[in-house]
Amino acid sequence: MHGPEIQWYVILSAILFTTGALGVMLRRSPLIILLSVEIMLNAANLLLIAFSRLHGREDGQIFAISVMAVAASEVVVGLGLIVAMGRRHVDLDVDKLRTLRG
Amino acid sequence: MANFLVWCVWLVAAFACLASALAVVSFRNPFYSALALIGNLASLAVLFLLLSGEFVAAGQVLVYGGAVMVMFLFVIAYLGDRTEESPWSGGPSWQIVGAVLAGGAILAEVIVVVGLEAGNFLSQPKHIGRSFGSPEAIGRLFLTDHLLAFEVTSIVLLVAAVGGVVLGAHARQLEGDARP
Repeated sequence: MHGPEIQWYVILSAILFTTGALGVMLRRSPLIILLSVEIMLNAANLLLIAFSRLHGREDGQIFAISVMAVAASEVVVGLGLIVAMGRRHVDLDVDKLRTLRG
Repeated sequence: MANFLVWCVWLVAAFACLASALAVVSFRNPFYSALALIGNLASLAVLFLLLSGEFVAAGQVLVYGGAVMVMFLFVIAYLGDRTEESPWSGGPSWQIVGAVLAGGAILAEVIVVVGLEAGNFLSQPKHIGRSFGSPEAIGRLFLTDHLLAFEVTSIVLLVAAVGGVVLGAHARQLEGDARP
């Protein structure tokens, strides 16, 4: 295999996942939180494909495609909720949405 | 020579990937964040190609960089410019400290585990044939070994589509009630 070893992909994926997690924890706009979740899912995808290459089997790529489908569904539902919030003229701020808090 | 070229491509793609991920997290305007995420997805597709996942790279560009991001941009454009309402976390500073600590813990954990435990194991990838990761191979696996995953995925997408329609219809009803 040309180029970097698998461990470089693992480290890159860890840094990407951390960036996404920090975005989810630090930002308050639900749109940016959804985008950060996409980064986390993509870091997981990178790891799945790297290990699929390491073991020489395509099952990891199948898993990555399924993750893509789940991510698309998550975006549809999340954006639906955000549009519903926007139509009710609720502030787009996750700290102010306390109605569901127990 | 080929090794050097692949390293160069990898470094450029990895740098673009990290820089655009940081940009997604740090831009104030969600529109710019979504544009940066498109760059992130494209550079990840390059990395997928280096790992000989051709079909996944194509799917990444078409489905993610195309369809999903267009949906994102439409919603952001529909909601309009609300940058003033969605600043950085204004919560207590222990939230920021806790978030950075948690993020650093994940990072350190993964890197230590990779360095200590799996370093040698990870450096010997199996030899693969030319058809590895091609649409034909992926399609064959999807319709033989992973048929259940394929069918469940279609149900998940159907449920998500129904959920999107229900959320949209509900919001429209509310809007109609508000207008006399």
